[in-house]
Formats: sequence, C-alpha cells, structure tokens
Amino acid sequence: MTATDYTHGAIDAVWRIESPRLIAGLTRIVRDVGLAEDLAQDALVAALEQWPASGVPRNPGAWLMATAKHRAIDHFRRNTRLQQKQDQLGRELQVQQELTEGDLDTSMDDDIGDDLLRLMFIACHPVLSTDVRVALTLRLLGGLTTDEIARAFLVPEPTVAQRIVRAKRALSESRVPFEVPRGDELVVRLASVLEVLYLIFNEGYAATAGDDWMRPGLCADALRLGRILAGLAPEEPEVHGLVALMEIQASRSRARIGPSGQPILLLDQDRGRWDQLLIRRGLAALKRAEDQGGATGSYALQAAIAACHARARTPEETDWPRIVALYEALARLQPSPVVELNRAVAVAMASGPAAGLEIADALTSEPTLRTYHLLPSVRGDFLAKLGRFGEAAVEFERAASLTRNARERELLLERARQCAREATSPEPR
Amino acid sequence: MKYNRALQEAGVLRALDGLHPPSMGARVSFSDGQATVVDGPFTETKEVVGGYWIIEVASRDEAVAWASRCPASDNEVIEVRQVQEFSDFPAAVKEAAAGLPEMQSQNKA
Repeated sequence: MTATDYTHGAIDAVWRIESPRLIAGLTRIVRDVGLAEDLAQDALVAALEQWPASGVPRNPGAWLMATAKHRAIDHFRRNTRLQQKQDQLGRELQVQQELTEGDLDTSMDDDIGDDLLRLMFIACHPVLSTDVRVALTLRLLGGLTTDEIARAFLVPEPTVAQRIVRAKRALSESRVPFEVPRGDELVVRLASVLEVLYLIFNEGYAATAGDDWMRPGLCADALRLGRILAGLAPEEPEVHGLVALMEIQASRSRARIGPSGQPILLLDQDRGRWDQLLIRRGLAALKRAEDQGGATGSYALQAAIAACHARARTPEETDWPRIVALYEALARLQPSPVVELNRAVAVAMASGPAAGLEIADALTSEPTLRTYHLLPSVRGDFLAKLGRFGEAAVEFERAASLTRNARERELLLERARQCAREATSPEPR
Repeated sequence: MKYNRALQEAGVLRALDGLHPPSMGARVSFSDGQATVVDGPFTETKEVVGGYWIIEVASRDEAVAWASRCPASDNEVIEVRQVQEFSDFPAAVKEAAAGLPEMQSQNKA
C-alpha cells in the first residue's frame, strides 16, 4: 500500500463518519439538499487533492465544513439570477458570519443533531417514492456511495444515480422545508423514517434476491442509522422499538448462515452463536420503548416477539403462548396476511400443526400472498409434520419456484425432495 | 466523556468498559496443562490494558479514523483489532468446522 492509497482509505473513512453531519449542516445554511451535497462533494474532492500531501488534518470534519462553506460563498456569488439574488445574499452573509465566528469545532457540534434529524426527515419525505427514500437515506445519512448502494441492492449504478438526482429535484421543486415536523405530522413522518430504516435492514437480513441469503452491510447501516435516530429522538418509543427489533434480529446473524452459506432457520440455530451483546442492547432498547408507554407499538410488538426467542436458551424453552398473544396484538394493530401467517406458525408451535394449518389454509385465497413464497413454505412444513408428505412436497416445490433468493431455493427444493422420498416410502410412519 | 458520546451518536458503539488496575486482578498461566494463579500486583508489567471499546464499522480505515480521534494522553496506545467472524475463515476451514459436533447441531432438522 502506498502513502496515497493509505490517505485515500483514510479520506473514505473520514467521509463515512463526517458526511452526514456535513450535509446536514450545509443544508441548514443553503436550504437545498442537492446543493448541500454538491458542496460537500466539492470539499471531499479538495481533501483528496490536498490531504495526500498535507496529511489528514487534526479535525477533518471542521476542515471539510470550512472548505464547503467557502465553496458555498463562491456558488452564491456566481449565481446571477436576479430573482434569487436577494435571498442568497442573506444566506451568503450567514455563511460568512459563521466562518468568521472562529471556533469551527463548536459550529460542527452545536445543534448538528437537530440538523441531522431534519435531514433524516427530508430524505424520507412522502413526496419521494420508497426506493428513492431508501437510496437517498443511505447516500445522505449512511455516507454510502452510489456504487455501494447499487451493489447492495443489485441494481445498476446509473439507476441509483438517477433515483438520487430525481429525489433532489423533487425535494427542491416541492420546496420541502428543512425542519422537524410537529404534532400529527410528526407521527406520519416518523413512521416513514422508521419504515425506510427497517426496509434497509430487512433487505440486508433476508436478501430478497441474488445468491446470498444475507447482505450484512445493509443490516449494519440500518442499525447504525437507527441508533443515531434513537439518540436524536430519544422520546419516541417506536424508535426504540425499531432499534430493539433490529438489534435482536442482528444478534442471530452469525447463526443464520451455515458453513457453505446455506440458511439455517431460527429453531435449528446454535444459540451459543447468538450475539449476547446485541441481545442485551436490544432488550434494553425494548425496555425503553415499553417504559415510555410504547409497548403496543408495531415495532415494539415485533421486538417483543424477537425478545421471546432471544430469552429462550433452547428452542423448547420458547414461550409460544406469549408469542401467539403478541401476534394477536400485532394483527389487531396492523391487520395483514403476513402477520396472520406468522401467527399461524406461532399457533402451530403452541397448539400443534393442525391448528396452524387451519389458519394458513384460510390465507390461500388471499390475493396479496399469491406469489409470497413463505405461504407454501409454511404450509409445507405443517403438512410434513402432520405426515401428509405428498402434499408437503408440492408446497415446498411451489415455494421454491416463488423465491428469488438462490440459497433459499436450494433449501426448499431439498425439503421437497425429502418429503417426496417420505411420501413414496412403503414404511408407514 | 465527549469521545464516547460521539461514538454513541454515530451509531457505531457496541460496548465499552474501563478496567480496574491489574493489582486488583489475577493472572492465570498455563504450563503442562496446569493452571497457576498469581494475584496482582505484577511488578514486571510494561503495558497495561486499561479498557476497551467495541465498535462496528465498515472498514479498518474507519476503525483507525475513530481510534485517532480519541483524546488520549501522551504515551497511550490504542491497538485496533478486528473481531473474528466465521466468514473470515477460508472455505477449507469452514468445511472442516462443519464436521465439529457443535457446528453440526445447527444443521439438525
């Protein structure tokens, strides 16, 4: 590794750490996320030019911010459109004032938290479509490059780049204010932020397509953003609920993948490999959510279900009746066929596969589940447990044909073969 | 402390602890399969581990960048080490590990 390589690695690291705060602070000043990001990128380019020779400065974040602010002033001066002139003059004055106020350390630290929170709300704004929110959040708040986002979601880089350009334009055109929403709007907007984070986490946790069963980088990014959000909005129980859910789910990452990359289902996992540190953090976050009166929130309920598994030292110790009750509460809050399917699994564990199958059978006419591979997968499992191997094999084959994840397909086809063998075996069981 | 708060706020901190001085601890050394316990303090100690952080970051560079920000005193050293993950091992080792009983238990249907 050459010194330049080394510095470039160090600059990438600084960018990952500093860029969200940088972009947030700049957005407050220039009132335009797109422009703020461009300015931050300009500062990054300057760092790449200068740091290999000068070394990484003692306070790299402050250096980047000062450079970006100078670029902001240049930008305002270049911009000659009369209509915007007056507006921008005011902002230019503000930037210059901040620059001369001296202590850059404090200008980076003061209130930057609020700016970050505002930036999170902007990136997840309802004027944007969901995939755009996801891309923008990872880019602006996760410090990921367009290329990294593209690789994580298995889409071409230009697609992601285009999503981000469109997002910035949409935000600019709708004149979305840089603020933390209040009152009723806060509830809706916060839900959107949480949804985006959980989507990112889930895409990493159960990769819906491709050859890998998990893409751990995305889980780590979502968890990191969730922890940041919990620090920024500590009074919001659902934020703690979501963090709890992600921490506990992530605690099982190591145990979910076998030596050759194959998925290992929850009840078959070696619980000794669960990450107790993450479980402790998750349980603590869940307690915070519950102490704040958020026990019945959607994420808190899901976290409470995950916690039931985390607390059980062996699969046999699992408190299935409590899990059934939690799924019932979740179904009341958010009636959905997917929740119902999960309830069927819990009921089967608490009261036997026949009871579970009854609930799952009722879902087969559900149009939203027609292409959902987990329904035939779950039914196949119940049927196999009931000794109805012929029917089970058909279900597993159907599930295998519906999943887009290569690893999962292998697992399902293997179960289909096992059931087919059992079905033709002359030995009655 | 501000540094720890920064780690926390950046969402990268998983755990941290400061350690009591070695005089309050003990050393367990092994020889011929025998454990020998020696209580502190230990006179010959040159370096003392005073604490640790566990942080979760995307790269070695990022870990180094965070370590470099620690407001440490002169002569203090922070050693950056990566936690071993199963995925760090080469395929051959993973395959061999698949034969170990504790690993097999996770494959049981």
